[in-house]
Amino acid sequence: MNFPILSSLILLPSIGAFFLLFSKDKDHENSTTIKYVALFTSFVNFLISIYLWYLFDQSTTSFQFIENKEWLKGFVNYKVGIDGISILFIILTTFITPLCIISVNNTVKIRLRDFLIAILVMESLMIGVFCSLDLIIFYLFFEAGLIPMFLIIGIWGGARRVYSAFKFFLYTLLGSVLMLVAIISIFWISGTTDIIQLYELGIDVKYQNLLWIAFFSSFAVKTPMWPVHTWLPDAHVEAPTAGSVLLAAILLKMAGYGFIRFSLGLFPVASEIFTPLVYVLSLIAIIYTSLVALMQEDMKKLIAYSSVAHMGFVTLGIFTITQQGIEGSIIQMISHGLVSAALFLCVGVVYDRMHSRLIKTYGGLVSVMPKYSILFMLFTLAALGLPGTSGFIGEFLILMGTFKDNFLVAVIASLGVIFGAAYMLSLYKRVFFGKLINKDLLKMPDLNNSEKFILWSLAIPVLFFGFYPEPLINTIEISVKNLIEMYNFNLNMSSVQNNG
Amino acid sequence: MDNFDLIFPEIFISLSIMFLLILGVFKKNSQNIIHNLSIFSLSITTVLIFNNHLDNNILLFNESYVIDYLSSFMKIITFLGGIFVLIISSRYLKLLKIFQIEYPILILCSILGMMVMISSNDLMVFYIGLELQSLALYVLASFNRDQLKSSEAGLKYFVLSALSSGLLLYGCSLIYGFSGSTNFNIIADTMNSNQYGLTFGIVFILVGLSFKISAVPFHMWAPDVYEGSPTSVTLFFAVVPKIAALTVFIRFLYVPFINMIEQWQPILIFLSIASMIFGAVAAIGQNNLKRLVAYSSIGHIGYALAGLSAGTNEGIQSSVVYISIYLVMNLGLFSCLFMIKRNNQYFISIDDLSGLSKNHPILSLSLLVILFSLAGIPPLAGFFAKLYIFKSVIEQSMYFLAIVGLLSTVIAAFYYLRIIKVIYFDKEKEKYDMDHSIWLRMSLALSTLLILLYFIFPSKLVEIISRINII
Repeated sequence: MNFPILSSLILLPSIGAFFLLFSKDKDHENSTTIKYVALFTSFVNFLISIYLWYLFDQSTTSFQFIENKEWLKGFVNYKVGIDGISILFIILTTFITPLCIISVNNTVKIRLRDFLIAILVMESLMIGVFCSLDLIIFYLFFEAGLIPMFLIIGIWGGARRVYSAFKFFLYTLLGSVLMLVAIISIFWISGTTDIIQLYELGIDVKYQNLLWIAFFSSFAVKTPMWPVHTWLPDAHVEAPTAGSVLLAAILLKMAGYGFIRFSLGLFPVASEIFTPLVYVLSLIAIIYTSLVALMQEDMKKLIAYSSVAHMGFVTLGIFTITQQGIEGSIIQMISHGLVSAALFLCVGVVYDRMHSRLIKTYGGLVSVMPKYSILFMLFTLAALGLPGTSGFIGEFLILMGTFKDNFLVAVIASLGVIFGAAYMLSLYKRVFFGKLINKDLLKMPDLNNSEKFILWSLAIPVLFFGFYPEPLINTIEISVKNLIEMYNFNLNMSSVQNNG
Repeated sequence: MDNFDLIFPEIFISLSIMFLLILGVFKKNSQNIIHNLSIFSLSITTVLIFNNHLDNNILLFNESYVIDYLSSFMKIITFLGGIFVLIISSRYLKLLKIFQIEYPILILCSILGMMVMISSNDLMVFYIGLELQSLALYVLASFNRDQLKSSEAGLKYFVLSALSSGLLLYGCSLIYGFSGSTNFNIIADTMNSNQYGLTFGIVFILVGLSFKISAVPFHMWAPDVYEGSPTSVTLFFAVVPKIAALTVFIRFLYVPFINMIEQWQPILIFLSIASMIFGAVAAIGQNNLKRLVAYSSIGHIGYALAGLSAGTNEGIQSSVVYISIYLVMNLGLFSCLFMIKRNNQYFISIDDLSGLSKNHPILSLSLLVILFSLAGIPPLAGFFAKLYIFKSVIEQSMYFLAIVGLLSTVIAAFYYLRIIKVIYFDKEKEKYDMDHSIWLRMSLALSTLLILLYFIFPSKLVEIISRINII
């Protein structure tokens, strides 16, 4: 394979954005063209990523489609490649982005061109995060994503957008700078930042704890884990719909991906030591944020808190370090990517019509917007993990992995599933059932074509992978197995070293 | 005669200063010609530097003057800085009605002083260069003489700078007293690190030099002088003298006193940490862009000093990389400042940038790139500058310095974000003028593109700089 398919995946959206930069967005006619250009670019990217999945060899554990070029001499190489874990996230990214672009029809009123440029640049950077095989390259993409997201929240956001944008930026930057120190230290300790080489070499045990904490500080903020999750509700509530979707569906997944790829892969000894910490924080996230979500009056905030709870499941699953746990976490991330994106889009639908996100504005919507109610129901059920939806597969596997590892933790985490059902169903009940009191709601039209298209294209994979998760599991199975084998091997090696 | 070949750039620039001075006196209304001729002569001098072998390491005039790769490189970026300052400032000076023949000539004088500083291998030569540079800068600071603030800036700078020069001279005499020579190489040979007199001498000289680069706690002059001086002079202040002073820092610490690293390293670390934190925190409350640039330059000098404190060749190189990238970022930032004008009046408060992105999308995009780069966000050039600094610092296991430095980038990010917020999130104001000179546009475009696309070939600059070998 000589064609640099990964680099073209990374570059293509940016090239699209570059072309958009030269267009004028004054008159209305132009804005449709601009949108089609952006949509076309991201759709082509989606097709390429599907083709990539088709080419992807599911039977090998090594990284594929590797590109390696000298970049910073004697320090960093530009190295990208994918394995079974990263390809799913890449496809998730390329799948969600076109939907975001379609959704701007209804939500973004000003400076459409700049918004689309920001979204496309964001797509480039996120794909870069998932396929970089060098720590510095990873950091580069990871951090650069802050710039477009800051602008998306700040320019097109709601009333408190400035506060939220600053909080988002500074929180994540603060977490990440420690990771930069750790990355440079790894270079100093091992002489390379190449992930494949680092997997083989392993990292000196005596440094692992500090390095793990530094990486953790960055990923914990991004995940977000309790107690550094407070930026997320603010950012979600203030961001425009497409921004919330990107944030929930993909940005949060960078951290989960980072945990699997770096925390487990590079620092097995430290991961073993800190597993109880992650368990406790995840459990607090699951229980506490579920309770907080129950109390929310704002629909977007409720879904944001539910995201924190779901990501709590993900971190829990990752650190069980069992085949089921990690597979479950990955599927949960994919499923949450689809479901939370859909829920935010659903909230966007009524927000565009009523300009209110408060639950009490609504009530009895089921008679006004039946199609919308059906789809919202489907995503609600997927969010609470009903069998037959993709949410179930993820949560089930995670809990299975947790039961293997620690019974008590699993029991507490299972409580979270119940709370999840409680807040999602109460949201649904308060918005859709009951008496229709607010007469303005009667004027609301049901879903238009583009909204229908977006929501159905999210609903189909949610249902499909709920009934038939084989394609997902097949893709990640060998990579996860390899990761766990490597993890245990390194762990034994270091314990042998310590005893000898 | 070989010697004169090697210092031909210096001779050429001195001759052109005298020629331009005479021309200015005898020819009426020759401001434009002199301005252009000084740009021309600076460009010629840049080319003349390449005439010598860059990898030379030659000592001239009783070993008191050194021509090596470091000096050639630093001179070249000094010239480039000077050329750009002259190119983009002519219009500004005309509008302020201070477009006079003295301006380019004074800049040439101070650049000559910097050349002497950069190449000095002797305390006396270094002091002469420093004074030549400083005297020209005092006048430049108060160049807008009808303005109270500008005169105040010049006077303030003069008084405080004279004080620091005094300290510096006292340090020189202490070192001369305890080592018996003013020549760097001889001091290195005869030095005995147990002599406290030498340590005192180093401390005094470091104080004097820190003053010139405005490192905390010797920074008090910077905000007032930056604010009071004409903006084009502020740009000159913000980068060009720092290049020269940093070179002296490198040469002074690493040639005669490399064996006393235990003594000076803690001082440098303190200066660096204090500058990084103070620069970041103090800039938050500023509303005047020029004052803000002053504080941000204090912070940036802190990073450059962090590289120097590592005590390795990599550390020196990372500092030089930093200052080069910093030069480009400042050129871009000031090009933007020169564009914020309406009805021939310039605006320098942050509020004046409000909603700039609606009416001036390209200008705001450049500002966005430059400000994020100053904040050190990847993939812009400023990130790589910081990356190299922290790499060299961590290689010496100075984790504390690295972590403090990175945390202060987070604080500093706040005030850069505040400007971006004003530009992008706030309500728009009236349109600003669009009739910028082609040179201003070009320098903005060039610096923005350099910053934005630096990540494509990030090792080019480093390769050039990695030929600097001091230790």
